[in-house]
Amino acid sequence: MALNNFLILSAFLFCTGIYGVLARKNAVLVLMSIELMLNAVNLNLVAFSAFNSPTQSVRQAASGQVFALFVITIAAAEVGVGLAIVLLIYRNSRTADLDQLDEMKG
Amino acid sequence: MLNNAWLFPAIPALSFLLILFFGKRTPGKGAPIGIIALGSSFVLSIVAVVQWIQRVDDATGHSQGLRALGRGVFAGESSSHGEAVVTPVVHSFTWWQNAGISFGVGTRVDGLVVMMLFVVTLISLLVHVYSVAYMHNDIRYTHYYAMLSLFTASMLLLVVADNTLQLLVGWEGVGLCSFALIGHWWEEGVNSAAALKAFLTTRTGDIGLMIGIIIMFFAAGTFNITGTNVYALSKGADHTLLLAGATCLFIGVIGKSGQFPLHTWLPDAMAGPTPVSALIHAATMVVAGVFLAARMYPVFFKGFSIGAGGMNFMAITGGITIIIGAVLAFVQRDIKKVLAYSTISQIGYMVMALGVGAWTAAVFHLFTHAFFKALLFLGAGSVSHSGSHHSFDMKNDMGGLRKFMPVTFWTFMIGTAALCGIFPFAGFWSKDEILVTAGASGFDAFLVVGLIGAFLTAAYMTRCVYLTFFGEYRGHGHPHESEPLITVPLIVLACFSILAGLVNAAPLGVEKFKQWVEPTFVFPQLVHPEFDYPKAGLSLFIALLGIGIAAYFWFQKEELGPLKGLTQRNKAAHAGYTFLENKYYIDYLYEDVIVAGIKGPMARGAYWFNQNVIDKVVNAFGAGAVKLGRFTYNTIDQKGIDRAYDGVAEATGDAGGLLRYFQSGRVQRYALLLFGAVGILALALLIANS
Amino acid sequence: MIVLGANVAVNVVFWILAIAIAAAAIGVVRSPNVVHAALFLVVVLAGIAALYILLAAEFVAWVQVLIYIGAIVILFLFGIMLTRAPMRATGDLDNSQRLASAVVALFLFGVIAALMVDAYGDKEIKLNSKLVAVGNTHNIASAIFRDYLVPFEVVSMLLLAALVGAVVIARRD
Repeated sequence: MALNNFLILSAFLFCTGIYGVLARKNAVLVLMSIELMLNAVNLNLVAFSAFNSPTQSVRQAASGQVFALFVITIAAAEVGVGLAIVLLIYRNSRTADLDQLDEMKG
Repeated sequence: MLNNAWLFPAIPALSFLLILFFGKRTPGKGAPIGIIALGSSFVLSIVAVVQWIQRVDDATGHSQGLRALGRGVFAGESSSHGEAVVTPVVHSFTWWQNAGISFGVGTRVDGLVVMMLFVVTLISLLVHVYSVAYMHNDIRYTHYYAMLSLFTASMLLLVVADNTLQLLVGWEGVGLCSFALIGHWWEEGVNSAAALKAFLTTRTGDIGLMIGIIIMFFAAGTFNITGTNVYALSKGADHTLLLAGATCLFIGVIGKSGQFPLHTWLPDAMAGPTPVSALIHAATMVVAGVFLAARMYPVFFKGFSIGAGGMNFMAITGGITIIIGAVLAFVQRDIKKVLAYSTISQIGYMVMALGVGAWTAAVFHLFTHAFFKALLFLGAGSVSHSGSHHSFDMKNDMGGLRKFMPVTFWTFMIGTAALCGIFPFAGFWSKDEILVTAGASGFDAFLVVGLIGAFLTAAYMTRCVYLTFFGEYRGHGHPHESEPLITVPLIVLACFSILAGLVNAAPLGVEKFKQWVEPTFVFPQLVHPEFDYPKAGLSLFIALLGIGIAAYFWFQKEELGPLKGLTQRNKAAHAGYTFLENKYYIDYLYEDVIVAGIKGPMARGAYWFNQNVIDKVVNAFGAGAVKLGRFTYNTIDQKGIDRAYDGVAEATGDAGGLLRYFQSGRVQRYALLLFGAVGILALALLIANS
Repeated sequence: MIVLGANVAVNVVFWILAIAIAAAAIGVVRSPNVVHAALFLVVVLAGIAALYILLAAEFVAWVQVLIYIGAIVILFLFGIMLTRAPMRATGDLDNSQRLASAVVALFLFGVIAALMVDAYGDKEIKLNSKLVAVGNTHNIASAIFRDYLVPFEVVSMLLLAALVGAVVIARRD
């Protein structure tokens, strides 16, 4: 398997996630796009871990996957807190539409 | 006093200022101030005369006057006149210097000056006293006295001046005062016109005077009179320059002294008060020209080559003036005008005398003429004041006044006799000396002219006297004798008219005047003919002949059938009369031909220029300014500047609007910018490191 | 029967998975229906888990399925429900900067892809027993509890904090 395949796929996922973050109105959808970005990163990490395995020791090469595990953990925590915030926003302004949240408008 | 000659102009000047500022408030309205000032000036002038005589006698020895008895001609003697040289008393200060030229002020007192001081202060004093009565209740009494004082101050300044510039200041001063006093009653248009005519005519002469002063300055290198005279007598003097300078100076003399052709102002100047006429236009101001010529005689003597005999400009002018003045005196109705033409004629005598080299005779005639002419004028004033109800018209308002005004009559007769040159009155001695010198110096033509003039003088004065004092009273008033303030000056002047001639009565061996007055210092050699009894007798005879014929004509007019009314009937005689009545049409020439011919086209030209050129230019400027204003408003302001400002504002607004795009308050917008920037940075890094 | 090499099979499987993942990712960000987007996300996550398996990272793959699909997506669905998101297709899910976002995303993709191609050219991942050994759960656990113990504990604290925080934020009072 070519390494670049994974990397380009990962880049594609990441940029799709960026598009979603920038273009979606609903807050939950934005969070979903963030998950896409995180997954792209994870894929990148694991691919590099697999790529580096012949040249490193087993424990060293495992660091990529360990990092990916930590990312998943953080992602979970982040989604939890993020959704709590979205709920709070929804409770206060009756909408989850990010376009409505422009009180910082200059 | 000789050393303090500056007092002579200073005292009347001070009196002028005092009268001007305080005169109205003092009792007497300023007249006492003037009289006191002039009185003290007269006393000081007597002191000056005495001092000068002392000086001359000291220099030459007392017996000189007697030794001059019968002495003859000094022609040919190369040294001075056999007498010691008496230098004038000079006090000179340099006023300021610039580029090597120094301007000074100072006094130069010699016999001529002392004589003038005496004459001017005496006659001015008498006129001051006379005016108290004559100008009583006049509307500008104080102003009159102030101007009289200023006039006297200017005249004295002129007389004692030691340089031509100071003389010029005095000259102009007397011209100004003459103008002010002639136009004293300026409410009448005639009077102010006469004043203006006097001023402008003398001004025309003054052009010559100023040019002459400048020429002499460049010739002699100094304004100082002594210096100029020294230059004129020196061997290396440029004759052309002297001739030019003398001619120009003489033009000034012509203007101020009323010689032909600038004599037209003098008769018109009679519009002023009579005391003014007596002082200014008979005795003092009009002789300022003669004084100038006498003062700077070396210039004229050498410039016109008087010593060489023959015709010269000065003598010709004098001669012409004698005749035309005398002839015009015949056709006047106004007694003052008769006297004015007589003055013109007599000054012609003085100028002619100077022109033939008879310096002493001219100055002596000036001396005596001052007295009897002033007397005649004041007498005329007395007649008008008390006899003819303030009129000067002889034919309509006078006649037979000798019965009513004896003092005036007898003093007037004495003055007339002096003027006609009757022995032993003053005029005889002075006029004869002129004629004698003219004849002896080879100027025979002028001798004849002088004799004709004497004849005419006697004739017209007889006419004048007849019309005024003889016959029936034709006036409307109540004639009576004038008050003492008027008659006493007349009597004083009559005494002088009788006695003044005796200071230089050559046949009697008295030549004091010549001795005291004629300069010995820096003075050309002059011819002094011996007193010629035949010529004196001839002139006396001619004068008496003139009186006789005129008296016969006027007194016996009723019997002279054919001659009576001749000028009305005979065309030629009438033409002649009209010619004379219009004063040879000289006034017409000056005013209607020369002046109008210049001022008419000039005025029209100036008007055309103003309307078509200047106005057009101004209008164009105005229109241009309006156009510029509109252009500035429409194009520059509205379209240009406003657009620029609007543009800036719009750009700012647009920029703000543009920036507002990025400040939407929405997180996703910020994230977009963030990721965009990251991408660009990454690309930059990529390119930089590849 | 032609026996295809292991490489060919791996590549085929990879491409199938890659296309599925890509399509599902597009679906997440472009779907007009929120719930459909969530389900597309499930497909993406599952596909990535399969890729992990392909890379012999078994533990990570299962954790992915367990946590991501099993918990996070459920959380999303709860969030959708609690924020009353419309359960049907609406046209109102994209904001006004779609175009700019697409441009930025494509631009970034281009940059990263160029970088990767430029950096890693023809490098390959070798499938061998060492690779398998790396993904062994035993090895992962050894790595965590020996080399990355402190981060492990910190992550635990972070989870605790997140838990407490979420409760605090979202509770009604």
